[in-house]
Amino acid sequence: MSGETDVLDTASQWLGDGRKVALGTVIKTWGSAPRQAGSQIAVRDDGAFVGSVSGGCIEGAVIEEAIAAMADGKVRTLEFGVSDETAWSVGLACGGRVEIFVEPVH
Amino acid sequence: MKIETLKAINNARHAGRAIVRATDLATGEDVLIEPGADASPLGEAAAGAARADTSGPAAIEGRSWFLSVFNPPLELVIVGAVHIAQPLVRMAQEAGYAVRIVDPRTAFATAARFPGTDISHDYPDEALAKQPLGKRSAIVFLSHDPKIDDPGLVAALKSDCFYIGTLGSKKTQAARQARMKQEGFGEDVLARMHGPAGLDIGARSPAEIAVSILAEMTLVLRGAKVKA
Repeated sequence: MSGETDVLDTASQWLGDGRKVALGTVIKTWGSAPRQAGSQIAVRDDGAFVGSVSGGCIEGAVIEEAIAAMADGKVRTLEFGVSDETAWSVGLACGGRVEIFVEPVH
Repeated sequence: MKIETLKAINNARHAGRAIVRATDLATGEDVLIEPGADASPLGEAAAGAARADTSGPAAIEGRSWFLSVFNPPLELVIVGAVHIAQPLVRMAQEAGYAVRIVDPRTAFATAARFPGTDISHDYPDEALAKQPLGKRSAIVFLSHDPKIDDPGLVAALKSDCFYIGTLGSKKTQAARQARMKQEGFGEDVLARMHGPAGLDIGARSPAEIAVSILAEMTLVLRGAKVKA
């Protein structure tokens, strides 16, 4: 594909290399969220990633959960926002809220 | 997601076929749906999401789904392999467009000037007959030469492409409008031509003009929320 580094092509390439991979997808947004629903991130077992699910505010937390999903093989839905108790560490500076679906690829 | 599902999505995307993945958010279970080929409520919802080019949630028969839309890439056809075309190719590719250049002048449309870009040396009417414009296509006319631009413009005005940009001064635009009127196009069709192409941001250099053209394409595609 042309343009920006393709998330799903890279995920496929990593799997071909014998690595573990999980995907994060923005499934819901409220207020001014930086990335629209459907935006994706692919995470490799060593924490390398392509794509984005926010303006960089929550990627760190999503990567941690993605690595956990690779380990236990389970999907999870994460919610981030200013009202969240984790707001101080990984809140969205824009004041928006997002829900991220994280799933291992296997 | 299963590896096979990822492969199937990538295969569809590389083949230029639209595909929607419906994921049950409770279980991670998923279905791939070809828009228009599935008459179930979920299939209909997927087709609607693909038409709107918008991924989003869908509650169907008590299950909570997320519909991920993978539409074929947007396309930009550039008529006239002039200097402005060089930065416009790169910027449009970065914005997710599949780009092709059409210019019968072989001295302009060279692989050296446009590395890795799809180049046609046909006249635009022939090039567009071989590979027609669709709803996800934009076309810009940069050649400054009516002999080259006009046959393509006629084809573009008959198509349902989302953006038609024409470079040139207001005087050039008026002359172009008059020629297209003679071809039999009504005012409503002629109004689809954006000329001079690009938003008025005071662009001077070829790269700045490319920014203004890509900005106008984006505005037309995504809907005008700001008043110019």
